[in-house]
Amino acid sequence: MSQALDENKIGGLGVSRKRVEDNRFIRGRGNYTDDIVLPGMLHMEILRSPLAHARIKSIDTSRAWEIPGVRLVLTGEMAATRNLAWMPTLSYDTQAVLATDKVRFQGQEVACVVADDPYIAKDACEAIDVEYEPLPVIVNPEQAVAEGAPLIRDDKAGQADNVVYRWEVGDQAGTDAAFEHAAVVSKLRLHYPRSHPSPIECCGSVADFDRATGKLTVYMTTQAPHIIRAAVAMVAELPEHLIRIISPDIGGGFGNKVPVYPGYVCSILCSILLERPVKWIEDKTGNLISTGFARDMYLDGELALRADGKILGVRMHAEADHGAFFADAQPSKFKIGLLHSTFACYNVPAAHLTARGTYTNKAPGGVAYRCSFRVTEAMFFQERMVHQAAKDLGLDPAEFRRRNFVRADAFPYRTPFGFLVDSGQPEACLDVGLKAVGYEDFLRQKEEARRRGRRLGIGISTMTEPLGAGNSREYDILGIKMFDSAELRVHMTGKALLRVGAKSQGQGHETTWAQIVSHELGIPADDVTVEEGDTDTAPFGMGTYASRSTPVAGAAISMVSRKIRAKARKLAAHLLEVSEEDLEWELGRFSVRGVPEHGVTIQECAMAAYGNMPDGMEPGLENHAYYDPPNLTWPFAVYIVTVEVDPETGVWDVLNTVAVDDCGVRINPMIVEGQIMGGLTEAYAMANMQFITFDAEGNCVGSNYMDYLLPTAWETPGFELHSEVVTPSPHHPIGAKGVGECAAVGGPAAFVNAVMDALDDTGVRNIDMPLLPDRVWEALTQHHDVSGAPPVRTDD
Amino acid sequence: MTTVHEIHEEATGDVPIRRITITVNGERRVVECEPRLLLAHLLRQGLRLTGTHLGCDTTNCGACTVLVDGRAVKSCTMLAVQADGHEVTTVEGLATASELHPLQEGYREEHGLQCGFCTPGMMLSAKALLDENPDPSEEDVRWALSGNLCRCTGYQNIVKSVLWAAAKLRSE
Ligand code: FES
Ligand code: FES
Repeated sequence: MSQALDENKIGGLGVSRKRVEDNRFIRGRGNYTDDIVLPGMLHMEILRSPLAHARIKSIDTSRAWEIPGVRLVLTGEMAATRNLAWMPTLSYDTQAVLATDKVRFQGQEVACVVADDPYIAKDACEAIDVEYEPLPVIVNPEQAVAEGAPLIRDDKAGQADNVVYRWEVGDQAGTDAAFEHAAVVSKLRLHYPRSHPSPIECCGSVADFDRATGKLTVYMTTQAPHIIRAAVAMVAELPEHLIRIISPDIGGGFGNKVPVYPGYVCSILCSILLERPVKWIEDKTGNLISTGFARDMYLDGELALRADGKILGVRMHAEADHGAFFADAQPSKFKIGLLHSTFACYNVPAAHLTARGTYTNKAPGGVAYRCSFRVTEAMFFQERMVHQAAKDLGLDPAEFRRRNFVRADAFPYRTPFGFLVDSGQPEACLDVGLKAVGYEDFLRQKEEARRRGRRLGIGISTMTEPLGAGNSREYDILGIKMFDSAELRVHMTGKALLRVGAKSQGQGHETTWAQIVSHELGIPADDVTVEEGDTDTAPFGMGTYASRSTPVAGAAISMVSRKIRAKARKLAAHLLEVSEEDLEWELGRFSVRGVPEHGVTIQECAMAAYGNMPDGMEPGLENHAYYDPPNLTWPFAVYIVTVEVDPETGVWDVLNTVAVDDCGVRINPMIVEGQIMGGLTEAYAMANMQFITFDAEGNCVGSNYMDYLLPTAWETPGFELHSEVVTPSPHHPIGAKGVGECAAVGGPAAFVNAVMDALDDTGVRNIDMPLLPDRVWEALTQHHDVSGAPPVRTDD
Repeated sequence: MTTVHEIHEEATGDVPIRRITITVNGERRVVECEPRLLLAHLLRQGLRLTGTHLGCDTTNCGACTVLVDGRAVKSCTMLAVQADGHEVTTVEGLATASELHPLQEGYREEHGLQCGFCTPGMMLSAKALLDENPDPSEEDVRWALSGNLCRCTGYQNIVKSVLWAAAKLRSE
């Protein structure tokens, strides 16, 4: 008789296990960077530039030094004596730690102060006198490449213009030929506005250099502790084992906490100089104006179409504004992230993409904000183009998609840009979504409403996203190949400690990872403790961003569990006195083939590993695994939004949002749903309100939460989620694909398409995000497109 | 409880130091601080109650929300000296030694949190609501929480968490 465990009882795969991390968070016992207090700790504040482009004529720190309690006033000149006025970025650019020659964006770090308490440090920052000579300011790519534009990066040898890179991919000749045969060419020019990921917790670090041991310990808000350690090791020329990066609890990341920021570097340098722990906690304005922006891209697209709706070719040009330093983390070989993953779920015979990155007087940007590199822009472009193409052809947008989808039996499918999409069922997902939203019925309601002067609209977005950045052949950051890791120690009583190279910022790793071990070994998830984020204890990993945790680190956890199981099998054979081949595995237990009652549990095997191992066997039951994925994983999703636009005001309300996510096997469905809802909210925010813009002087409009609009519980709509379609990844050990970003990536186009659909009889083809009421109203009343960067709000 | 606790915040120059008495989570604390010290900083740094978080310091995010005499207040917007003689409840005061507050249970049950950074402030705003209105509608909850930003959850589950807690409190 079988004694197999039930995954439900032990918290294995597919179980909506309650989160273990919540126990500390709901009690206020989380341990975030700002909660860390070390003996003798000092506090650091940063002085930032009020101007976007200016020569620094002088910096006078004498008044600051006089304030009681001030311990150090650091300028770029002083940092230069330690070779630290400049630092390398994760994109092989250089960025000023503290500006010496010029400031190149508003909010750039100019000096910092360390004092006994943060109030004194702030006082002292105000007492620093900086004399600036203003220079002409560039705030968009057009200005950046214009004749006679001032050179922003005159610090870089050989840099003669403001171009960061030019890049091209695809088949130009083949694409040109496709366009020659097109019956209709559909065109759109889109702007994806600059946005800030804005986790509620700002960035910060507590650096602690111990002169006695030469060891540097840094607690910091980083999504990728090992990468930071590598960067610090290279810059400081210290061996890695003398550097310990600890990222404790993190209050949200969304890609904002991947880059290396000057504040981190300054706190380290100050701690080395003062030989005391130095804490730097950024304020919200500093965070919003200087750290990791995303998007800011102009997208020009053309689709070559056959009259029956078949897409023949895609042409695309991207103009990306990277700000003053090219500082985003991305797989180094792809200059523009994975923008060329566009149209991956459609059967497109030919495609050609060109891209240009520019330097401007804005903070460094282009980070992967809740997306795998530039996939958000790619999917937005794709789904806006698809919507427009269907309208131009007079076809139903759902039907148009159906005609062009890669068929479920055609996977794995090679895109014209060379990606191999592993699996998917686009049509099945679309069917679920259309049914859920009541598509036909809504179209009737829309017509009916229009007759009565009301404007309803429905928008669809069907997207796929390349997740699990990894496979060392193609992806690296700073030359470090992308893979991930796990280390599992099963103690003699069967309790286990799992250490992982990823790092949760709220995704619930402590809960989910234990479930994978539970699924593989049958150890109750409650008996598995998960640790991450400490480079002294965790195995080398690439961190968490680009939805790569489950596809890569999750796979490593499966693999290490399987190594443990293989050893446990040997122990079981020894205990049961049979050969390994005569054993059968069921969840949590080995039994003798044909004699199910004769068996041993995984816990008994664990005990034997320390007390009764066969002769010659190495004791212990622990192992590690580094997982190098064979391919990216490709979840697919359908988002459908219905809206009503008020023609009097341009205000639009969401009536319904349906999400169908096929992210493969779900480890913890509750957590997956939470991630999707969070992503949909970000999508809604992008479409509706969330953007950062700059005036002509380079002043950042959106430097606080009064100007940078984020949705609250009040305006955020409700979401209806569907999980009927499950296409396991064929190459992931448990068939999971990753999901955290899909809705943020694919969602915005659904909202925008819905509003555009409501306006489809007005001749307006495009309104760029955010779809603020005044922009919608302008399009409605003046019957023209509203494109380009959002206007600067002037409240006076 | 009448535990007395002394804090000495270092003063700059001629800034005066004020002595204040506040009751935090039922405990009387006597504190010395600069008049400009924010209540949030007093709680976090002075009293080491780090469950109250700072997300914006401009009164927009709500992460620092605490109850002052039962009313939800953004503690980054109030000076510590203004709390002199008043009662403050922080997230650390929600649970008793043995039992979670129904709101805490609700957030856990309904997956109302992800990174947990906004959570203490959210729960205290919700507590102020439920103390006043034990049977709120979804709309009431959304309105009451509209001063608290969350970047992770999408709010849907937060609203469910509060309604869960309301139901539990009513049945007690
Ligand atoms: S920190 Fe007080 S409202 Fe944001
Ligand atoms: S749970 Fe992360 S901000 Fe709310």
